[in-house]
Amino acid sequence: MAINDNDTENYQEQIEAFEPDARSIRGGGGGGGGGGFRRQQIRRKVCALCRDKVDIIDFKDIRFLQAFIPERAKIMPRRISGNCAIHQRMLAEAIKRARTVAFLPFVTD
Amino acid sequence: MAEKRTYEVVVIIDPKTTEDDTTNLINTLVQTIEKQGGAIVKSEDMGRRRLAYEIDHKTEAHYWLFEIDGSGSEIAELERRMRVSDLVVRYLTVRVDLDRRRAAKFKAKRTRRAERKRNSAPARRQQQQQQQPEFEMEEAAAIES
Repeated sequence: MAINDNDTENYQEQIEAFEPDARSIRGGGGGGGGGGFRRQQIRRKVCALCRDKVDIIDFKDIRFLQAFIPERAKIMPRRISGNCAIHQRMLAEAIKRARTVAFLPFVTD
Repeated sequence: MAEKRTYEVVVIIDPKTTEDDTTNLINTLVQTIEKQGGAIVKSEDMGRRRLAYEIDHKTEAHYWLFEIDGSGSEIAELERRMRVSDLVVRYLTVRVDLDRRRAAKFKAKRTRRAERKRNSAPARRQQQQQQQPEFEMEEAAAIES
């Protein structure tokens, strides 16, 4: 009996130790992520520009803008990049400006 | 027009232009701006770049960047000049002061929030530490009695 009691106590300790971890996995932000939990697929992406504290998007910063331009030279939609509305608007504006001065292409073929 | 505005102007110059002609063009543009009461904050040569797409059968061009403080009338005059000039292939004027002001506002908001967090979190922890021994003593007293 004594051994049994000990075992259950140990088990409960393990659960308690694990629980905060599990919670952080569920709530934690950040895009990408590896495999494992199925609920990771449902998890909302956090805006990368909010995380990096981008306040201003310069249309001359082509290296930065290119991260949001897939191969067909379209503007990456929000549902893929996970950007917030404010940043997506700033980004779209900057990309369109960059296009008019031929820093970025309108189309690629 | 009391309001002060800041503009960024990107000028795309024909790649066939000689260096002398380019400096002449830039000088005349600077003069037009200053004559209208604008102040040049920055006048930067961005160099020759490949165009992302062809403009008038050109595949590369010379870029020049201005940053101008003014009221807006000098921009109108500058654009008129550039439209007439054969050397200017294309230009783009962007008003930047509003965006910068908004960026400053975001930044201020963030620092304020960070400060509040810094002030509140350790304070709360200290309070908890002070409260805990008191609580234990009370408990002990209750058990004793």
